Amino acid sequence: MATAFKDETGGAEAPTQSEAVVIRFAGDSGDGMQLTGGQFTLSSALAGNDFATFPDFPAEIRAPQGTLFGVSAFQINFGSSDITTAGDRPDVLVAMNPAALKTNVGSLREGGLIIADTGEFSQRNLDKAKYTANPLEDGSLAKWQLMAFDISALTLESVKPFGLGNKEALRCKNMWTLGLALWMFGRKRQPIIDWLNAKFAKNRVLADANIAALNAGHAYGETAELSGPLKQYNVEAAPAEPGVYRTVTGAEGISYGLVAGAQLAGLKMFFGGYPITPASAILHHLARLKEYGITTFQAEDEIAAIASAIGASYAGQLGVTSSSGPGIALKGEAMGLAIMTELPLVIVNSQRGGPSTGLPTKTEQSDLYQAIYGRNGDAPMPVIAARSPADCFNCAIEAVRIAVRYMTPVMLLTDGYIANAAEPWLVPDMDAYKPFPVEFMEHVPESGRFLPYERNQWGGRPWVKPGTPGLMHRIGGIEKAQNSGHIDYSPANHEMMTKLRKMKIDGIADDMPEQDVTLGEDSGKLAIVGWGSTFGPIHQAVRRQRAKGQDVHHIHVRNIWPLPRNLGDLLKRYEKIIVPEMNTGQFKTVLRDQYLVDARPLNKVSGQPFTIAEIEAAIEQALA
Amino acid sequence: MNDMTPIKATTPKDWETDQEVRWCPGCGDYAILKAVQRTMPEIGATPENTVFISGIGCSSRFPYYMETYGFHTIHGRAPAVATGVKLANPELDVWIITGDGDALSIGGNHTMHLLRRNLDCQIMLFNNEIYGLTKGQYSPTSRIGTNSPSTPYGSVDRPATPCAFALGSGARFVARGFDVSKNLPEVLKAAHAHRGAAFIEIFQNCIVYNKDVFEDFAAPKGAEDQQLWLKDGEPMLFAKGLKGIALDGDALELKVVDVVDGDWQAAGVIVHNVTNRSIAHMLVEMRFGEFPMALGVLYDDPRPTFNDAVVEQNRAVSEGKVADLSNLLVKGQTWTVADGPEL
Repeated sequence: MATAFKDETGGAEAPTQSEAVVIRFAGDSGDGMQLTGGQFTLSSALAGNDFATFPDFPAEIRAPQGTLFGVSAFQINFGSSDITTAGDRPDVLVAMNPAALKTNVGSLREGGLIIADTGEFSQRNLDKAKYTANPLEDGSLAKWQLMAFDISALTLESVKPFGLGNKEALRCKNMWTLGLALWMFGRKRQPIIDWLNAKFAKNRVLADANIAALNAGHAYGETAELSGPLKQYNVEAAPAEPGVYRTVTGAEGISYGLVAGAQLAGLKMFFGGYPITPASAILHHLARLKEYGITTFQAEDEIAAIASAIGASYAGQLGVTSSSGPGIALKGEAMGLAIMTELPLVIVNSQRGGPSTGLPTKTEQSDLYQAIYGRNGDAPMPVIAARSPADCFNCAIEAVRIAVRYMTPVMLLTDGYIANAAEPWLVPDMDAYKPFPVEFMEHVPESGRFLPYERNQWGGRPWVKPGTPGLMHRIGGIEKAQNSGHIDYSPANHEMMTKLRKMKIDGIADDMPEQDVTLGEDSGKLAIVGWGSTFGPIHQAVRRQRAKGQDVHHIHVRNIWPLPRNLGDLLKRYEKIIVPEMNTGQFKTVLRDQYLVDARPLNKVSGQPFTIAEIEAAIEQALA
Repeated sequence: MNDMTPIKATTPKDWETDQEVRWCPGCGDYAILKAVQRTMPEIGATPENTVFISGIGCSSRFPYYMETYGFHTIHGRAPAVATGVKLANPELDVWIITGDGDALSIGGNHTMHLLRRNLDCQIMLFNNEIYGLTKGQYSPTSRIGTNSPSTPYGSVDRPATPCAFALGSGARFVARGFDVSKNLPEVLKAAHAHRGAAFIEIFQNCIVYNKDVFEDFAAPKGAEDQQLWLKDGEPMLFAKGLKGIALDGDALELKVVDVVDGDWQAAGVIVHNVTNRSIAHMLVEMRFGEFPMALGVLYDDPRPTFNDAVVEQNRAVSEGKVADLSNLLVKGQTWTVADGPEL
C-alpha cells in the first residue's frame, strides 16, 4: 500500500504510523527541488526505508521564473514494505509557487496535504501560473488539506545573520523546506548538515546559511503549535536482506556494471560518447574512473562516438557507446558495421520520448523497434532491457558477456525514468560473479591456416588484436566470405552469411535463463507481460490484484532479443495477455509476430510512468 | 636460445596481399599503392604493427591490397574509427586512406576534428575531384562547371581546397603529391616521420570519370614550369630556376617573380620554412594557372599529440589509485542492514 498516509489520529503528540508515504517537492527550476528530493531520498535510505523516486524536470535549463513550463518536481515513495514505484498519487505536495501548485495538485490524492509558500503567491506569480484568483484563498483546494505559510519570509528571517543578498537568501528556501520535511518524518538532520558542509566547503557563509535554514524549518515543525494538518509521521524501516546498501540511479548502475563487465572479461574499456539527455550521466561517471582502465572519449558527434568504440574493439578493448533515441538513430549504420565485422560492442540507449527531439527529459519505451529492427539489411543484434536502477548493474554485465562471447554488438535499453531515478541497492559481492575472460587469438591455429571468419562453438569469429605477428588480415563492411573473410558478393555466400549471422544471435537463447514467472503461476487467466521500467507498477498492480483473489500473473522479460526459448509456450498457457508499455504497442507486436498469441496492448505515452492504479484497472476490466 | 627476434627487413613484395586488385586498368590508385608498398620497407615499418583504415569509395579499397592489418569501414568515418584504434593501442602505426568525397563531404566533420585533436596518424586523401565508385557525380573538390550525371548542366558550387581545409582545421603537417610522381615516396616518408596528424593530398587521375583533370601540371611535358616542389631551407624556385615565389609585402600575398642570372635573392624569392604557418596558408591557397602547383611538404611543425595527451592524463589521474571495484561500489553514503531476526 503506497497510500496508507491518513489523518487518523487527532492529536499532534504521537507520530502517526504509516506504512508508506508519497511526497512530491515541486517548485521553479531554480528552486533546487532536485537537490531537495535527492537529500530527502538519502535521509529515507539512512532511516532504513525502502523507496523509489521520480525526478521530473523540464528540458529547459532555467525556464523563465514562475512559469508553468518551468516547474521542476521530485517525487519519492518511501515505506516500511517493498516499494517498486515512485507512487501513483502523492500524499504530500510541497508547492513552492503557484505554477508548481497548478501543475501538480491534480495528482495529489484526495485528502492529501498541500504545503505552500504564501510568499510566492503574489499577483504577478498568480498571473504567470494563469490563476484568476488566489487558490489558497478561494476555496478551490477544499478537497485537500492546506498548510499555507510564508516560507520565503521565514527563510529570510532565519538567514538574516549571514548578511546574504535577498536573492541568495531566498535560495535557502529549499533547505528550510527540507528541514520541515525531515521533522515531519522524524529524520536526522546530521547527514544533510554534513552534505551541506561538504558542498559549500569553499563558502562558509553559504554553508552556515543553508544549515540555519534547514534548522529553522525543522524547528518550525517542532515548536509552532499548529493545530492544523501538519504533524509527525513515523515510517518504520523496511525489512531487507542483510548487507551493505547504498542508493543507486540507473546511470550509476549502468556505469558500474560496465566497469564490472570489463573486469570480468579482463579487458580495458573504451567509451565513446556524445552529450545527450538523458544519457550523458554515464559518460560523466565513467570519465572519473580512469584508474579502472577506462578511456572516455567525447567525440565530435554520435557517429564518431560509436565508430571510435568500434575502432577500440577492433584494437582489442571493450568498445562502449551510449546515447538516447535520436543519437541511436545516427549510430545505425555503424551498428551494421559492427554486425558485419563481428566485433564486440555495447550500445546503451537511455530512451526518451520521441520521435525526433521529442521529450528530452521525459521517459518512454518507444525505441524497442529501433533496438530490434532499426538497421539496414538483415542485421540481428541482441537486446537487453533493464527494469530498475539496481537491475542496470547486472544487465550491463550480461551485455558485456554476450558481446565478447558472441563477437557482436549488444543493445542495452534503459530509459529516462530509470536513468535518473534512485533506489536502495544491496551492494553486490563481486566475488560472486564468474569471470568470463576473453581469449584473443595470438598464433596461427594448429590447422596451419588462420581464417578470420572461421566460427567457434558460439558461432563467433576469432578476435585478433592488430599488432599480433603473423595474423594480419582485413575486415570491413562489405560482405565477407565464410572462413577467409575475403570480399565475396556471390549469391550463395551472402545467403549463407546472412543465415550464420542470424543463427549466431538466435543461439544466444540457449545461453541465457529460461523465462520465469515473476509473480504468480505458470498458467492461468491473465498474464501481464512487461519489459523495462514498467516492472514496478506492473508488479505492484499484480500483487494487489492477486491479494484480492484475481487470477493474474506477472511475466517480466529482460532478454528482448533473442527472446527466451520457452516464452512462447509459457504465454500460450494463459487465457489472456496484456502488455503494458510506454509506447503504442511495440513489444505487443513483437510477441504477436513471434508466437501468434493474442497479446493486447495497454499503452501510455504521456512521458510519465504508469501508475499502479492504471494497470489495476486494466486487470479488473480484463477479468470482469 | 636467443629470444630476441631480429627485425627482418621487408621488401615491397612483403606488403602485397594475395587479393586481385580491382581498380580500373590505368587508375592512378595503382601508382599510389606501389609508392606506399615501396615506402614501407624504407621507413622500417612492420606489417603487424601497421593498420590501414579507410572509408568508402574507390580509394578506400586500398587496405585489401596491403599485407597489414586493415579496416574498410563506412563512408566518411575512417578518422573516427582510427581514433578509437589509436587510443586503444597507441603503439600501432595508423594510416587513413580516404577520398575527396569521403573526407570532405560525408566525413568532413571527422576529418576536421581528427586534425584539430592532432591524432598521430597519416591521412592520405586521394583527390580525383569526382565520385568514382558511384559512377561519376561531381564531388566537393570538382571545379565549377563540372559536367556529371548529377550536374548535367555543370556544377555551380565552389570547390573545397583540401590542404586549406586541413590547415584551417589545425593540421600541423600538410603535404601534396600526385599519383605517378616519383617524389611521392619522399612525401610519404616525411608524413610518417611527423609525429601527429599528417595530412597528404594526392592528386589522383580517375581515367573513367574525370580523365586527365590534373594534366596541366602532372604531365611530364612542361612539368618544370608548372610544379613547385617545396623543400625546407631552399628557395621556392621553378621553371629550371628561372622563376620563383616572392612575397608582395604591400598586398600581403605571394607573387611569381623572374630570376635573372640565378640571383634569386635579388628577386626576393622566399626560402621555404616548413614551420612558417602564415606562408603555408598562402601556399595552399595559390591558384594554379597564375601560379605553379605547390607540391611536397608545405607545412610541418609538430605539436603534442592527442593520443599522448590521453595516455598521459589516464596515467596521471590513475597514479596512486587502486582499481578496486568493491571499494568503488561502497563509496559515498551507505547503510547496513544487520543480520538478525525477522523484522
